Amino acid sequence: MSFVTRGFHGRRRDDDGRLPPGQHLTGDFPVLSAGPTPRIPLDEWELWVATEEGTRHTWSWAELMALAADEPTVDIHCVTSWSKLDTTWRGVSLDTILADVETAADYALVHSYGGYTTNLPLEDLLDGKAWVAYEFEGDDLHPEHGGPARLLVPHLYFWKSAKWVHGIELVLEDTPGFWEQLGYHDYGDPWREQRYQGD
Amino acid sequence: MQDKDSGEEPVGGAGLDGNVLAGPLSEVFAVDITTAVGRCRGCGASSAIATLRVHGPQPGLVGRCPGCDDVLLRIVRTPDAVWLDLGGLTSLRIPSAG
Repeated sequence: MSFVTRGFHGRRRDDDGRLPPGQHLTGDFPVLSAGPTPRIPLDEWELWVATEEGTRHTWSWAELMALAADEPTVDIHCVTSWSKLDTTWRGVSLDTILADVETAADYALVHSYGGYTTNLPLEDLLDGKAWVAYEFEGDDLHPEHGGPARLLVPHLYFWKSAKWVHGIELVLEDTPGFWEQLGYHDYGDPWREQRYQGD
Repeated sequence: MQDKDSGEEPVGGAGLDGNVLAGPLSEVFAVDITTAVGRCRGCGASSAIATLRVHGPQPGLVGRCPGCDDVLLRIVRTPDAVWLDLGGLTSLRIPSAG
């Protein structure tokens, strides 16, 4: 009888202090979802940003593709305790998307196709910390993982990285999203293990 | 090395029905709630809780209307509490002994 651990889930990677408390590494990419997977034809896809004053900005898929893209390599951490290191993505920085949006809002409520929502401070979407991502590991983002495009905010627990992103509502007051209304933490910093309200 | 798609764990997919809610809801209700009939606030359909389309169990259980897929109920178990949202239901008819 031998212990089967090393390499069982694919390449073994050195976490080198990159694993937040209470997390374990996975080589897989588990699918967590609160509803059926929406299928959005690209010619119907739209990203909107609405300000607190009601100004609405929209981007078609072609317009998103025309924006300068980044290729971030990031570690991701799910509140259900798996982490995945060195994931590679392609997407448009929220700095680019929000560059011409005038707002006094401090918070964002992100809306997905299918009705999911999640909230986060606007500053956590800026300064190179967040993207609208449409490729994962060199391929189009699979619908089960949020394709055609999802939010990617890797410094917070992954439920903040809303799949099937559709819109960003800029708001003056923090407004709890789908899981934040039901016991999960408003901010969700994996390094402070902010899983649930009160953590 | 597993293919990244085929290697996905089905931890969050659909394919569950409302019977999986029996255990978590037994912490809250004194009766077996899966036989109760809920009315959807969205489409008005009445469905036994056992017939809901359930996603989860992580990060939480989400029970959706088998008619219109609206969220009828949600349950999150934190280390020290059960969070329950029944906001998608206009009513819940719970059979009693009479």
